[in-house]
Amino acid sequence: MRHGNDGREGTGVNAVAQTGHRRLAVGRMAGDRRRVWPWQRTTLAALAVAACAAPFVLEPYRVFQLTMVLVYGIALLGLNLVVGHGGRVSLGHGAFLAIGAYIAAIMTGRLGVPYPLALPVAALVTFGLGLALGRPALRLSGPYLAVVTFVTAAVVPPVIKRFGTVTGGSMGLSVPVPSPPSWTGLAEDQWLYLLVLAVAAVAFAAARNLLESRAGRALTAVRENPAAAEILGVRPGSHRALAFGWSAMYAGVAGTLYAWVVGFVSPDSFTVTLSIVLLAAVVIGGPGSLAGPLLGGVFVTFVPAAAQRAGDAIPGIVSGLLIIVVVCFAPTGLAGLLRMAAGGVARRLGRG
Amino acid sequence: MTGGMSYGAARAVARSTPRGAARGPAVRGAAVRGAAMAAALVLVLPLGGCRLTGGPEAVATGSCAGQQVTGITEDTVKVGGIYPLSGPASAYGLIASGVRAYFGHVNDGGGVDGRKIEFLVRDDGYQPARAVEEVRRLVELEEVFTIFQTVGTPSTAAVRDYAGRRRVPQVFVATGASRWGTDGGYPWTIGYQPSYVAEARVYAQHLKETMPWATVAVLYQNDDFGRDLRDGFADAIRGSEVRIVAEQSYEVTDPGVQGQLANLASSGADVLLSVTTPKFGAQALAVDAAVTSWNPLHILNSVAVSPAVMETVDTGKVPEIVSAVYQKDPANPEWEDDPAVEVYRRSLLSYAPEADPAAPQTVFGWTVAQAFVEALRRMECPTREGLLEAVRNLDDVPVDTLLPGITLSTGPGDGFPIESMMLARFEEGHWAPFGKVIDTRAVFGPVRTASEDSPAGSSAG
Repeated sequence: MRHGNDGREGTGVNAVAQTGHRRLAVGRMAGDRRRVWPWQRTTLAALAVAACAAPFVLEPYRVFQLTMVLVYGIALLGLNLVVGHGGRVSLGHGAFLAIGAYIAAIMTGRLGVPYPLALPVAALVTFGLGLALGRPALRLSGPYLAVVTFVTAAVVPPVIKRFGTVTGGSMGLSVPVPSPPSWTGLAEDQWLYLLVLAVAAVAFAAARNLLESRAGRALTAVRENPAAAEILGVRPGSHRALAFGWSAMYAGVAGTLYAWVVGFVSPDSFTVTLSIVLLAAVVIGGPGSLAGPLLGGVFVTFVPAAAQRAGDAIPGIVSGLLIIVVVCFAPTGLAGLLRMAAGGVARRLGRG
Repeated sequence: MTGGMSYGAARAVARSTPRGAARGPAVRGAAVRGAAMAAALVLVLPLGGCRLTGGPEAVATGSCAGQQVTGITEDTVKVGGIYPLSGPASAYGLIASGVRAYFGHVNDGGGVDGRKIEFLVRDDGYQPARAVEEVRRLVELEEVFTIFQTVGTPSTAAVRDYAGRRRVPQVFVATGASRWGTDGGYPWTIGYQPSYVAEARVYAQHLKETMPWATVAVLYQNDDFGRDLRDGFADAIRGSEVRIVAEQSYEVTDPGVQGQLANLASSGADVLLSVTTPKFGAQALAVDAAVTSWNPLHILNSVAVSPAVMETVDTGKVPEIVSAVYQKDPANPEWEDDPAVEVYRRSLLSYAPEADPAAPQTVFGWTVAQAFVEALRRMECPTREGLLEAVRNLDDVPVDTLLPGITLSTGPGDGFPIESMMLARFEEGHWAPFGKVIDTRAVFGPVRTASEDSPAGSSAG
């Protein structure tokens, strides 16, 4: 079972790995001797194929659920930049999701702009807002920052209701569902899924590159010890603000996709609760990892729906208990558990 | 913050410069991966349109050829409902209990034309987005015959695009917004209860008849519900001597309405029209009781009426509270021996013992379920199209827990099943109907869309 992907054979890309470029995931220490999953690329490729094949195999409703997992995954990926990599708490990401969703709804629904245009506009606007908010807000930390971001989340729904002539007020707005080009022969849910999958792939690739770049490592350094980082020439303030801007951009993009997938936006979809659920999902998925946001998305999409079968008020209880269990017994989240399990399997197989 | 920087992080920063040089191969690697992904996609795409699971929609043959028969067989009919079982509006979850009780009662009696009703309830927590998710689950996964019902204006609005696109009937939605009856673009969605506009007209009619020179102070919630009712009232009194002399609005997020009430009291109006939801309705009643110098006729809109609100009322200090009703109140001794109410009580005990029989939501659920079963019985084709046809052509259908004289009727150009109401006075812990049934369509003409309403609305009387 020897495989070319573990960086020992010395092909072009793998040679780089030896120089330290293909470094371990951020947050794992150099010199870490724990076993890791040796077939990462193969697994990734298998997952990619499975992800592309899914809409042709599954029922429409399951495809819809997977689409929602990806949408939440993108939002959580962004939030993870602030929470997992930046070490700061944000209770306000529901607000950016709302802004992204309303930009899509107003542009395609009200103004009749072709729907793909909403995506870059939403990304730019939320990036700008995130940066503008991040600069002053991230000077604060702990409970103060929590309160400031919380207020952001609390303020956005009433503001949306106030400008009812544009936003449809508390009644919300219908969003025209992007229809597949006829040459593809795809059904609506399949098209949406592939659209979201493509955006998610770009988003994950970008986040990965970002974290492995100078800025990403600077962010980690600031999280670990701001004073030491500053001595090394990293400006904590601007890096954190930039991370907040990116993270808001991810949330905005997710909001636009959300509007397309659900086909309806209303202020009640973006309450403070949503922001709290997002933060909880980051923690459960595994802060500071790349797989974490996807697992968090799975949690947000499937657990409440599955728990509902057990009874009326059960979903809230189940979610709450799960959060407590994860925080107590698996502080690295589901992604950490997965990594440990994979390491265990690899050890059993005597590899890695 | 005192811990030293970890070795890894320090190294990460220290390395940042040489790393830039290694960018080339990394980019190439990413490009190779991207190309591979794209190739995989292209390989998969030609399969487009085909799906390994799920066949085409089931359709009928014979005289109803081509119509959808998903979710309905010779001996079952699958019905899906989305209710706020959790969250801020969970009180409306009681509606589901009332519905379940009636369906249980019907199934025990052999079902509808031999079909047993299978009732699936999902929770949307009063969040429109979750309602969309749940409706997809019901339609695509559970393959229900029809969506009966959705609760609340936002959730209903969120679902109706989907229902229209999938051509699934969304019948008897539990919200009083007038748009369900006036929007021509959504034939698959139909309301049930009297619209807020109809209710406003009942109050207007009462004032015109009994207090023709009344001055009215209006307290309303500043959202679509509040404005729908308020504008309906303003339209209905146009051309009469009844006048609105003061108006105050509040936001649903406000902590209270004491300030608004104080302003309204200073107008000294004869009537206070309280267009509120339960929490604010209760506050308005409390303030009205506390202000001894101002004793208006207190009109409480039906949305605010709930046992919890009325329990807090000091009837000695608020002389007269009036609201509009259309279904029987089980707490009213008048219906003590009513056979319909008796069946209701008994069935509730056996099929939904957790529900409070006196709660208006429970009666609502029971009553609307009856209306739904009547519509099922009237289907000529046992198809989704057939059900739509039936609910759109109800011809004075009686339902025994509605007040005597109130029936369901719809037709071309009439998308409002119930448009008649009676006034009721709150006395001795229950609502006692008085006067006669007011048929708002006969008196005021059909409810129009909001845009047409303002100029033409005064065609009253």
